[in-house]
Amino acid sequence: MPKGEIVLGALAPHPPHVVYAENPPQNEPISEGGWETLRWGYNRLARKLETLDYDAIVVFTPHWQTYVGTHFLGLPRFSSKSVDPIFPNIFRYNYDLQVDVELSEAMCEKAAEAGLITRMMRNPDFRVDYGTITSCHMLNPKWDKPVITISSNRNTHYYSPEVMIEQALALGKACREAIEESGKRVVLVSSHSLSHRHFVTESPLPEDMSREHIYNHSQYVWDMALIKLFREGKMKEAIDIMPEYTEQTIAETEGGGIIWMMGAMDMPDYPAEIYGYQSVIGTGNCIAAWVPEPDAREIVL
Amino acid sequence: MDEDIIEFGLYVPPHPHPLLSPEANNGYGRLRAAYDECRKRIEESDADLIIVYSTTWPSIIGHQFQANPNSEWVHVDDDFHYLGSMPYSFTMDAEFAESCVQKAESRGLQARTVNYDAFPIDTGSITALSLLNPDNRLPATIVSSNMYANRSETIVLGKAIRDALTEGGRKAVVVVVSSLSNRMFTEPIDPSEDRIHSQKDDDWNKKILEFFNDGRLEDLSQLSREIHGQIRVQKVVAYKPAWWMAATMGQHNNYTGEVLAYEALHGSGGAVIQLTPATGSVGDKEFDEDDVEYYKGDREVLNKGMLE
Ligand SMILES: [Fe+2]
Repeated sequence: MPKGEIVLGALAPHPPHVVYAENPPQNEPISEGGWETLRWGYNRLARKLETLDYDAIVVFTPHWQTYVGTHFLGLPRFSSKSVDPIFPNIFRYNYDLQVDVELSEAMCEKAAEAGLITRMMRNPDFRVDYGTITSCHMLNPKWDKPVITISSNRNTHYYSPEVMIEQALALGKACREAIEESGKRVVLVSSHSLSHRHFVTESPLPEDMSREHIYNHSQYVWDMALIKLFREGKMKEAIDIMPEYTEQTIAETEGGGIIWMMGAMDMPDYPAEIYGYQSVIGTGNCIAAWVPEPDAREIVL
Repeated sequence: MDEDIIEFGLYVPPHPHPLLSPEANNGYGRLRAAYDECRKRIEESDADLIIVYSTTWPSIIGHQFQANPNSEWVHVDDDFHYLGSMPYSFTMDAEFAESCVQKAESRGLQARTVNYDAFPIDTGSITALSLLNPDNRLPATIVSSNMYANRSETIVLGKAIRDALTEGGRKAVVVVVSSLSNRMFTEPIDPSEDRIHSQKDDDWNKKILEFFNDGRLEDLSQLSREIHGQIRVQKVVAYKPAWWMAATMGQHNNYTGEVLAYEALHGSGGAVIQLTPATGSVGDKEFDEDDVEYYKGDREVLNKGMLE
């Protein structure tokens, strides 16, 4: 069996607004569009993924929040309706997804061997979080690949950003080892925004783009500083400034997604592909991809 | 006047163990028995409505009020999914929820009702309503906890709910769903060995329970920031439950307090407490924190008042 590998790692923000704006048949509310910069970027990345040969998508999500260790989806199929508890007016999505339980169990086992607290989630009534659903819908609207969701342990608040980073890196490394041993080709997804201060009001038409802008300039400047490091392939530096970045912008990086992904990808030192940056209800969102195989790497934006 | 609109208040824990595994630990069983006692007391009361404020339902767009007359689904907790599923079917008072929204808006708050099939009601609200009002004898509404709201907004929210109760001539049982100390063990534990995470958490919890026992709700509200710093994991900006409970119940210390149970729930402090409006009081102190009637937003303090 050939060694398994990570074919691409995507930073894939999950404001449900982008799914709402796409008007897929799975989502009940109907929109007039909006957030095109992000959606077109997603569409472009989804087209690239169609050209890649891969077996499964592994998602790390901040919206499955666990305090007692890291949890992994552990049943072959989840089918239900996901209603966003924060934006129920725009996201009520009927999903039906397959899980690669074998790989999920292997990652769970490797993480436990590395000393992390882990648990498989095997309750059939469990609703998969809307972060997973939004990122996966935008990256693979056909839903024709099995998905594994990994919960985010809330280390940042319980201990410190530094503890979270260490654990997320260890989890990433364990996932990489499990993937390599599985012989599978895998896409990793770190599902989150960058800066994460929201407006607490919403325009009557949520997709009214005349109202959309970043919450404040400081958030924007920090987001750009981070994206510059992505572009330059300086991911070690990016992780190094993460505690300060996260504190300054109350960023959704606090869940550890991108850090986990960088740990799994052995801290890339090559440029990321940038697919777009746009604010959603004031938060900063960047779509980016890291592609280990140099021949498959592009300059997108 | 409080007795006219508030039958009594309850403070209950958000974790599902008293509902799903009360037999796993004697403490969980005692919390369950306390819940059962409160259920009886609600049945024997003149209340016609239950209002739940849940710390496990965060919101961003202002304050959300659950208004689906028939809220039904099967919920599974993010952490404790292995304890089992939580099917629920709750009767929400849509009219009262709508009235709360109007009153909140007239006090400067952003608010909206939520009425969607399959809406994910949170673990804390489901545990509380399932145990306190199992047959939907009374209609309810659930209020979200806004992520960014701080004291003034939370106080005004409580006052808006009082406005709605007064106008509707309603009489409510007010339920706050929140831990005391909220630090859980970060590893699995044998339930029979559950205990409060640390001595410090236990000491503070017991001090808070003394205040509750004495009916000193407004004093607790005034101490919220200190409590947040001492025994709350800094997941949100502030410890808001005492602010909301005090504002909704009238902002004073004139209650009869009773702690029905205090136990560990995976390390966190879980208590079932009843506060009933009374005439006697330990007295109202001179309070540090201002009262506030109307929410004026962030007020852009950073770009106002600068010297030219
Ligand atoms: Fe999010």
